[in-house]
Amino acid sequence: MDNVILIGLAGVLAAAAPVLFAVVGETITERAGVINLSLNGTILLSAMSGFAAAYKTQSLLVGFLVGMLVGAIVAFVVAFGSIALRQSQVAIGFVLALTARDLAYFLGVPYMNVPGPTLPGLPLPLLKDIPVLGTLFFRQNAITYLSFLLILAAWIWLFRTRPGLMLQGVGERPAAAFVRGANVNRLRYLYTIIGGAIAGLAGPAYTLSIKPGWMGTQTGLDGVGWIALAITIFGGWNPWRGALGAYLFALLQWLGLVLQPNLPNIPSQVLQVAPFPLMILTLLLVNVGDAEWVQRWLASMPDKTRRLAVKALRAMRASPPAALGTTFERD
Amino acid sequence: MKVELRNIHKRFGKVHASNDIALTIPAGTIQGILGENGAGKSTLMKILSGFIQADSGEILLDDRQVSIKSPADAIQLGIGMLHQDPLDFPPMRLVDNFLLGHAGGLFPNHKEVAWDIQKLNAQFGFALDPEAYVDSLTVGERQQLEILRLLWLGARVLILDEPTTGISASQKTKLFETLRKLAEQGKTIIFVSHKLEDVDVLCHKVAVLTAGKLMGEMNPPFDQKKLVELMFGKEISLGERYSAAAEGATLTLRDLAVEDARLQLSNVNLELRAGEVVGLAGMEGSGQGLFIRACCGLLRPVHGKVTLNHLDLTGKSYHVYKQNGATFLPASRMEEGLVPGLTLTEHFILAEETQGVFINQERGLVLAEERIRSFNIRGTPTSVVESLSGGNQQRALLALLRTPLSLILLEHPTRGLDIESAIYIWGKLKERCKQGSSIVFASSDLEELLQYSDRVIVFYSGKSTPPLDARSLTAGKLGELIGGAGWDEWETEQSA
Repeated sequence: MDNVILIGLAGVLAAAAPVLFAVVGETITERAGVINLSLNGTILLSAMSGFAAAYKTQSLLVGFLVGMLVGAIVAFVVAFGSIALRQSQVAIGFVLALTARDLAYFLGVPYMNVPGPTLPGLPLPLLKDIPVLGTLFFRQNAITYLSFLLILAAWIWLFRTRPGLMLQGVGERPAAAFVRGANVNRLRYLYTIIGGAIAGLAGPAYTLSIKPGWMGTQTGLDGVGWIALAITIFGGWNPWRGALGAYLFALLQWLGLVLQPNLPNIPSQVLQVAPFPLMILTLLLVNVGDAEWVQRWLASMPDKTRRLAVKALRAMRASPPAALGTTFERD
Repeated sequence: MKVELRNIHKRFGKVHASNDIALTIPAGTIQGILGENGAGKSTLMKILSGFIQADSGEILLDDRQVSIKSPADAIQLGIGMLHQDPLDFPPMRLVDNFLLGHAGGLFPNHKEVAWDIQKLNAQFGFALDPEAYVDSLTVGERQQLEILRLLWLGARVLILDEPTTGISASQKTKLFETLRKLAEQGKTIIFVSHKLEDVDVLCHKVAVLTAGKLMGEMNPPFDQKKLVELMFGKEISLGERYSAAAEGATLTLRDLAVEDARLQLSNVNLELRAGEVVGLAGMEGSGQGLFIRACCGLLRPVHGKVTLNHLDLTGKSYHVYKQNGATFLPASRMEEGLVPGLTLTEHFILAEETQGVFINQERGLVLAEERIRSFNIRGTPTSVVESLSGGNQQRALLALLRTPLSLILLEHPTRGLDIESAIYIWGKLKERCKQGSSIVFASSDLEELLQYSDRVIVFYSGKSTPPLDARSLTAGKLGELIGGAGWDEWETEQSA
């Protein structure tokens, strides 16, 4: 029985990988001050084209690279429209989300329901035999390992390196970043495209690994991008917390499936929809520290407890990059 | 470092913002740049700090001609600028603010930088915690942070744009002390201001700008009258102080106690007479904000009673206060007072009583033209409010007030305004007093408090004095109280 749960949880980790790519990609983009709202379209288009490319070339690597390329191209359109043409990021992103989705369904017709290559499992020698952890983490496939590494890499880049600090600055207060020598708009192009390319891994991660194959509208990926956008916010624009959100969401979905046979009184729709309101509830809890009554209640606490509580709330609090969605002009 | 500007020109469309400016500043000098709002001070400083480029002209540093294409170029050459609103990153730690943009390897050494901050702290007697977050600092401390950062980056010329706006008197003393110390070390300080008294006590030399032109330079001792004449092309006097206070209470506070997350204010009593002006003094965040917000229902008192025009309004909302003739003009004009994107006409329409669903554009236009004239606002009925200068925004806010009003609450009514605008604003306010409105205003400008108030309440970390007669106060005494000295008198009273 233990084993079943463990394998289930390992499945959760794998199932969360595409969401995680999308969340980390979007986190990087938004940290630079650009909202790439096209995520949902990016995922579908990269899923289709990644699968098509892998099918044609019989190379998984080409499939994933094409997915990244598609993500980068869509992101470039967002960056170009908002930086060079000074149009609303939200409008461009939203229209792209719809366009890229329909484009995927339209162009994907020839590749519907054909058997394509699938990413094989890649248990890591030695590590895979560690009890519990081995099953959870080290009997995954390459793309899931990559998702683990990505969390760490993105976090280090953002919070531990000089360029990462500048990236935060560009999204927080572009004028101040400019004074410190940043080429704000060039960095925004760069990080929007990089973020898009990472998000573009999400599509092939589905069609070449988790839900192999392309089945048009039946592929069942529509909506994932929107959830990823919400998780980016819940994650407070931090890769670790974003990853936690992605795992929580995958876990809730898995529970929905597992619990279904055990809870026959609850309509299955409730369990399928439950992850969404639960995510919203978490979002509320995370930001409760800003409410006036909480502040007052904190003020009445003894000093030591208060400092602890404030610290905890501060750690949970998530404020968006201050310049998110704005354009920068040097005076 | 010696700074020399030669024949600097800069045009923005029709406006000649810098017109043939020539200025030489020797090393070790504190150079004042004086001028009213819109005189071209900022443009000139932006040219020197690389934010914008001059259309023509030369800049020489230590007799060597340089070309400054960006702020990054400027700091490389040793020119650092402290902006009025310090260009830092509020949600980040102090060390990260230092590191951001600093050249070096991929992984910065936080410890080393924290150590550098501590060393600089010691040198200037600051108490900045490298691990603290910038948004926990006051404006004065954020200035200190920027000054240290610029010095750390090797600045030898320091430009300060209106640095005394929004900081406390003691922080100002500290800032001036620091600037003098830097000048002694041979650094060149350029101090941009519209405040005569600041320039007077600090600067070694003053240049006056008017409408993009350098009107003249003066050496100490400065003749204040002559400086004002240079700035405005005419003499300006503050005018006699007078009181319009009459009998009868407008606002009464009884044993009031208010609190927010940081501060508790208790035992406040006030009987505000019709036409009276009460000034609120104290460092930013000492309780004045709580007091004002409690006077108009924006903050619910924990204890005590608020009476407006003999009506008990304790615990009622701002709307009820407003219906009873109270109004509040907050410090942040653009954020809380005006609506960016709307024109002056639209503002006047919004402020009027609502009649039906549809907007009467013609009536609004007539109204706007009339108010623009009577309040001397430099703008047209179709100007959007963010295009107005600070002084004109404040005039617009005053023009939006309804008549009659019994209580006007203001935060920093003349912050960031030049003398002429400030005098104008107070003229309008005093007119209101004659009509019977009472005024309560918070300010960090001691002169303003003493000149215009009938009584002054001083705040110090949640404590408050009883209302003191302004005629019996001096700037020195007020400064002491704001800094927390000389409070014994009331402390024994309160504990007894």
